[in-house]
Amino acid sequence: MRVPLAWLAEFVELPKDSNADSVMAELVKVGLEEEGSHGYGLVGPIVVGQVLEFVEEEQSNGKTIRWCQVRVAPAGKKAGDGGEDVRGIVCGARNFEVNDKVVVTLPGAVLPGDFKIAARSTYGHVSDGMLASARELGLSDDHEGILRLVTLGLDPEVGTDALALLSLDDEAAEVNVTPDRGYCFSIRGIAREYAHATGAKFTDPIDSVKPVHGEGFKVEIKDAAPIRGRVGSTKFVIRSASNINASAPTPAWMLSRLKLAGMRSISIVVDITNYVMLEMGQPIHAYDAAKLQGSITVRRANEKETIVTLDGQTRTLHSEDLVIADASGAIGIAGVMGGESTEVSATTTSVLIESANFDGVSIARSARRHKLPSEASKRFERGVDPRVAEYAAARAIALLEEYAGATADSLGCYLDNSVSQVTVFLPEGFASSLTGVDYTAEEITSTLNEIGCVVATVDGGYEVIVPSWRPDITHKTDLVEEVARITGYDRIPSRLPVAPPGRGLTKTQKLKRAVVNHLAATGHVEVLTYPFLKPEQNSSFFDESVSRVTLANAMQEDVNEMRLSMIPGLIDAAKRNVSRTLTDLSIYEVGLVFKPAQSNADVTLPNGTSLPSAKDLDALHASVPQQPLSLGALFIGNRIAEQVGRKPVRSGYADAIQAARIAFHAVGLELELVQASPLGFHPGRTAELKVRGTDVSVGYAGELHPEVALANDLPRQVGAMEINLEVLFANAPELIQAGSLDTYPAATQDLSLVIDENVPAGQVLEVLAQSAGELLEEIVLVDDYRGSNLEQGKKSLTFALRFRATDRTLTQVEATQARDNAVSAANAKFGATIRA
Amino acid sequence: MSENAEITKAAVDAVVSDALKLISGATDLASLKAIRSTAVGENSGITKLSSLMGKLPGDKKADAGKLITAARAELNAAFATAEAAFYQAEQNEKLVQESVDVTAAPMTQALGARHPLSLLQDEISDVFIGMGWEIAEGPEVESEWFNFDALNFDADHPARAMQDTFFVEPVEAHLVLRTHTSPVQVRSLLERDLPVYVLCPGRVFRTDELDATHTPVFHQVEGLAVDKGLTMADLKGTLEHFARIMFGPDAKIRLRPSFFPFTEPSAELDVWHPGAKGGARWVEWGGCGMVNPNVLLAAGIDPEVYSGFAFGMGIERTLMFRNDVKDMHDMVEADVRFSKQFGVVL
Repeated sequence: MRVPLAWLAEFVELPKDSNADSVMAELVKVGLEEEGSHGYGLVGPIVVGQVLEFVEEEQSNGKTIRWCQVRVAPAGKKAGDGGEDVRGIVCGARNFEVNDKVVVTLPGAVLPGDFKIAARSTYGHVSDGMLASARELGLSDDHEGILRLVTLGLDPEVGTDALALLSLDDEAAEVNVTPDRGYCFSIRGIAREYAHATGAKFTDPIDSVKPVHGEGFKVEIKDAAPIRGRVGSTKFVIRSASNINASAPTPAWMLSRLKLAGMRSISIVVDITNYVMLEMGQPIHAYDAAKLQGSITVRRANEKETIVTLDGQTRTLHSEDLVIADASGAIGIAGVMGGESTEVSATTTSVLIESANFDGVSIARSARRHKLPSEASKRFERGVDPRVAEYAAARAIALLEEYAGATADSLGCYLDNSVSQVTVFLPEGFASSLTGVDYTAEEITSTLNEIGCVVATVDGGYEVIVPSWRPDITHKTDLVEEVARITGYDRIPSRLPVAPPGRGLTKTQKLKRAVVNHLAATGHVEVLTYPFLKPEQNSSFFDESVSRVTLANAMQEDVNEMRLSMIPGLIDAAKRNVSRTLTDLSIYEVGLVFKPAQSNADVTLPNGTSLPSAKDLDALHASVPQQPLSLGALFIGNRIAEQVGRKPVRSGYADAIQAARIAFHAVGLELELVQASPLGFHPGRTAELKVRGTDVSVGYAGELHPEVALANDLPRQVGAMEINLEVLFANAPELIQAGSLDTYPAATQDLSLVIDENVPAGQVLEVLAQSAGELLEEIVLVDDYRGSNLEQGKKSLTFALRFRATDRTLTQVEATQARDNAVSAANAKFGATIRA
Repeated sequence: MSENAEITKAAVDAVVSDALKLISGATDLASLKAIRSTAVGENSGITKLSSLMGKLPGDKKADAGKLITAARAELNAAFATAEAAFYQAEQNEKLVQESVDVTAAPMTQALGARHPLSLLQDEISDVFIGMGWEIAEGPEVESEWFNFDALNFDADHPARAMQDTFFVEPVEAHLVLRTHTSPVQVRSLLERDLPVYVLCPGRVFRTDELDATHTPVFHQVEGLAVDKGLTMADLKGTLEHFARIMFGPDAKIRLRPSFFPFTEPSAELDVWHPGAKGGARWVEWGGCGMVNPNVLLAAGIDPEVYSGFAFGMGIERTLMFRNDVKDMHDMVEADVRFSKQFGVVL
């Protein structure tokens, strides 16, 4: 809401030196946050001048200019800049006549954009100032010619300060109005709040208006389908006026205030309706009485009914839309926008003024349905003071009489079915129990009185009648907020509450931290990416048939799926880094991936004001997609860069698998690898990640399929890993049991086995480990040899084994026996033989 | 040495003297080893002299033995000294050879880093865990009921339209990307026993275009306490403690009236940031208030018995003014340089 200060000052006392900043600094104390100031940005001398004579001179560029003699001060007096009373001024516009009064910006004046006016040579003359257009002054967009003051109905004395004359020396404070404070979309509301903030005297604008109830115009409210049981209109006031001069100029002060408030001037009649709306917060609509057919009915729209709204759009109405209709059909969408058929025009001579109150929910839905957020709908959605309708109508009629030559008629109507006053009980001590401030009874009653409540002290508390402009106050806590904010939040003391002893992080939270910290400690860099993907990005790793969570209103139409995998986002991140010449990357991210819920049926949301039934809660929970926590990692370029005495170490599948090992290790699990070829990965360089000793699979690690890498403008070899952390964590030990650290000497053995090339080393190792018996302490694969002295299709795997007994020094014989048992098992399972 | 040599002092001295001369001619451990066999080996003078011992009459043996023993001791000592000297010299040479330019030491492992936004969430969580609070989490794709209805956002209230919400298809399923971490409030109240003191950090979504101060995907941290007898003073005390840990002992907070559907009374929260770049100042930090009774009712809690407070702030915003991050792009573009400049601490 933009608040021109001169307007505000009509209803609340402002200190003399007030400006937009000082006003905003006060308003923020009561909850109206500052948004900024708006002014005309003009510096004088800018004065009224009169064109004495001019000569038209055709220029070589084909343009005709006027060389004018302009009186800028009464004869013999100094002009606003201290210079002569008559000036020679060159003007490109030709819309004026001799004797016209105009606005002259004299040398020394400054226009917006730091446009400094000075005497300057142009078209063979020295132009000693400038004749201003309305746009140059910031008053309107009109740049057809210079501003002739007669068009504003003004005939001031030559030399008059034009800034004051046209109210161009005013400025507006803009504040953010929260959704509960609809009444602050008016000067009336802001002035009241300013009074609350400062204690200054407030004068209600409706106090100076005498409402008149018109008679004889028939209005029927026939709401066949109230929304949520609330009739669409509870108050409807019609007043009428005739003999209107619809082309009368809007007075300069009103133009200036509308402009500062952010509204465009349309015509005197429309400007007056807007002016009254801004002043009192009551949207007003003017109908051309001659175009209206018969009486008015307020009803819900008929099926397929259409209307052409004021913006020229033909709109098909919905049966929930509340409309204003006459004998011809809908002539306006109530509280949202009027219709073209009854629009006032320059030839209008009589008008009907509608000042009504409409149900906020109904208006909100229509405004949203037709994408028509208007000044009127904004106010009705938040609640308009039902008491103000007849005052606003009277104010509009009075302004029409004063500025458009209108004559007020007695024709009109007054319907009022408004709900009577709302009463809220505030228990004694409740305000203190919620804020921690010891308010006195006197403080409570006086602050509530100040905001317009009528307070009766009764047994055990206060009966509070809420003011008509505060539909947001429905509960005792609303009253507490009023008491707290008017007396000041700085009154609230500080006390640190003591929570019951906590349990610390949950297992999942602890393990997640262990994983992210362990990866960072081992040289990986955590990044964060958006979870939005193109469908084809998900499809790189998941079959088209895998269902996805899709956005209805994605910011980029083609990036409308939620990720099924962390890897595509990491690929995008890698691309951005590579484009910045950061080509060696070991990056990882922990985040949620999204799998649609099983039950995708329509969900009826339970009421939000009470605990839903267990069945409804279950349905709500079931409707929410599965969102497991996932870890992704990506490796590009060198794991270790080339350095003194060292060759670079290129990253690839081994780094991806190592990252998986680190994650497993971080949560107390051991990793088992199984050769695999999932979609999107290199079919020969990828492992399925299993929890050792179980059948639980948690993800994949290896390299991206080279086609996926190349399609993303990445190098061919990209290491990639993804783990479903939810599954990993579920398998993590609750508690790790310590084993004994035996100190008897160990016996070591090396073992080389010849075996078919296609038998995975990991499987051989598992069999050896399981069959070597309890004496085996550690087994490590140390070599994989394939060469000329082996049979075709065979390889030689060398393992280093370490044996130890818990109770004695092992002999080599015992170690050899254990080793031989292992070899027998490997032979039985894979046909492995000891290499000669 | 002649056949008729005798074990006399002169003879022993001569043998020793010859041997010492040889030792002094040694140039390294290897030549010393060769000399050892010449000087004290089987064919050396001293060995030959001592072989005469057997032929000596009994009464002479003792004196001769002493001479021989003394001579051997002297020679062994000479060898040991020489050997130690050569060993030391060789070791010194080896150390020189092994020397490297340590200022050019290679990296054996790259240095990793956490993302500051996730690190900051951990740090904030630790502040509250230290106060006995617990950390609660919730889904990012959320039912509208948790995101709006249960938080006292009426379906038709302008406050609901005020949030630029991502909706999930089909819209009849009433799923959104949560617009704030507040739905975790309701989930916590439904899942936990009272009293509840939880902190809910997490990722949230609004349809804002990415620019220097906005991003459609960002993070919040939400606090919720529901207990008997909680007041705005408890809210203020909690926020003050939090602010001092985040911004130093001179930090303080200020509340300004505001509106949120899920709190009443509601307030905007400013923090006095003593370490702000360009000088200490008030910074807008977040929103807070007393839990609206309707929210308690939606979770089946009697607002006549329990009251609560809640607060929330943006993690990105906090990081921006706490650590002087100047542009939102830096936090969302996954440029590894951004994480690396922080490492694993903030």
